[in-house]
Amino acid sequence: MKRSKARSHIASASLSGGFSVMRGDRASQLVPQARLAGPIPWVIAIMVALTVIAAAGGLALHNLAESARSELAGGATVQIVEALPQERDRQAEASLALLARHPAVASAERVSDAELEELLEPWLGVGADREAVPIPALIDLRLRGPATEAQLDSMRRLLADEAPAARIDAQSAWLRPVFSAISSLQWLAFALVVLLGLTSAAAVWLAARSALGSNRNTIEVVHLLGGTDGQIARIFQRSVGFDAALGGSAGLALGLAAVLLMGRQFAGLGSGMVAGGGLSPINWALLALVPVIGVMIAILTARLTVMGALRRML
Amino acid sequence: MQPMNPRTGETITFDNVGLRYGTDREVLSDVSFTLYPGSFYFLTGASGAGKTSLLKLLYLAQRPSRGVISMFGTDVITLPRSRLPALRRRLGVVFQDFRLVPHLSAFDNIALPLRVSGVREADLARPVADMLAWVGLGSRADARPATLSGGEQQRVAIARAVIGRPDMLVADEPTGNVDPEMALKLLRLFEALNRLGTTVVVATHDVHLLRKVPDSLIMRLDKGRLSDPTGALRYPPRRPTGEHDGSLAPDGGTS
Repeated sequence: MKRSKARSHIASASLSGGFSVMRGDRASQLVPQARLAGPIPWVIAIMVALTVIAAAGGLALHNLAESARSELAGGATVQIVEALPQERDRQAEASLALLARHPAVASAERVSDAELEELLEPWLGVGADREAVPIPALIDLRLRGPATEAQLDSMRRLLADEAPAARIDAQSAWLRPVFSAISSLQWLAFALVVLLGLTSAAAVWLAARSALGSNRNTIEVVHLLGGTDGQIARIFQRSVGFDAALGGSAGLALGLAAVLLMGRQFAGLGSGMVAGGGLSPINWALLALVPVIGVMIAILTARLTVMGALRRML
Repeated sequence: MQPMNPRTGETITFDNVGLRYGTDREVLSDVSFTLYPGSFYFLTGASGAGKTSLLKLLYLAQRPSRGVISMFGTDVITLPRSRLPALRRRLGVVFQDFRLVPHLSAFDNIALPLRVSGVREADLARPVADMLAWVGLGSRADARPATLSGGEQQRVAIARAVIGRPDMLVADEPTGNVDPEMALKLLRLFEALNRLGTTVVVATHDVHLLRKVPDSLIMRLDKGRLSDPTGALRYPPRRPTGEHDGSLAPDGGTS
């Protein structure tokens, strides 16, 4: 009985003979699976959380800068720097009348005394004598398009005779240093995201090398039994990919929680400028992509590491 | 004209093969032979004679430092690395230290070559179970190597080597850890495989084993050199290949 079985066992094990892969759980079982025991899930979770926070910061800063730019791009401010109140008022009214007829101006509105007092309250206090410290009259201009230096020069020439104390500046010019700082922070966030990606790849590289070392006997056996580099690499890819997906999900949850918490705190500031730094649905979708990209980096790193090590074998 | 493998029509030849590790002296020198297709060889020699090194060349774990090796009509020396796995799948290897995968069961260890070759799970359960039964480990299918005795591990290693019905079986001291009865049984399994056309090379220093296979040829290594005074190993005489019934029964009979 046993003999007849023995006769049939080899003949019946039909070999496909090709380079088909070990699939599914059977393949990944060649490497001992110790979920959450290794460093990969934890490292990826922390890296993804930090990346999500850095990316959210970068995107929020980008949105804030864009919002402020579009708001300020078509704005200009006319200051009437005149110590005498009557002359200041005259020049302000004359400027309003002249600028209203300028083709580039959509609207011109004098900033009221009440608004001025409110703006200066933090510095001068409540009920300060306005004439003790002469405050320029301000006219807020809305232009039909982004303010250009040529338009501003044209307005200056227009007011030169009737309002010699008038100074005209584009509103965006006031915030140029702020935009510059925001731009620097955006680059910093971008650099952080790249560095975190590289650190994740380095961590996976180390873990894959460690796994290769501890499973060297298994790898050599599979290799000598005719396993291809691709087959063996896939075993590790699956293992690392699963760990990275697990860590990436946890990291995304952690990162999003931190971003939401910070968003609430910034919203509590009630600052008009900060309000422009909210995240759009596309931004949230981009943040959700962070762990996906993390998993892809981990899998690619594991593959390159294992293939590199295998190439040193015959 | 070189003899042909009855199953594949191809031969295995070594021509002036030398092997050295690093800058040390050669562990194998001027080794030349042709493995008679479908024949049974014993590789003998004292410890350190180069038996394991020669086997490593045979099972493609190593390339020689010089010389030419041709296996199944393929020049192994110039063969691109990417094509070696296909060649390795035509070999069965019993390692001296068994080299079982420690966290896999006996069943999964034996199934490994079939899985590597892409055999479907549904198609491998029965042959693996039959092979387990054949080596007397039918009840230990789920046992991990660490829970098996040395002899049991050796039987799993042998079962793994022959399950894919290789064109050539290379075994390094395959009966070293089993009792005489099991050693004979395993030898009969090798013979049965040999009758199906598989070239068998068994490295051993057990002289009693040599007498158990009367038709076998002896390859003797001495300090890295192959003893072949009659030239029979290099230029083997042609002989009829015989008819086979496809049986792996140990005595060659049908059941």
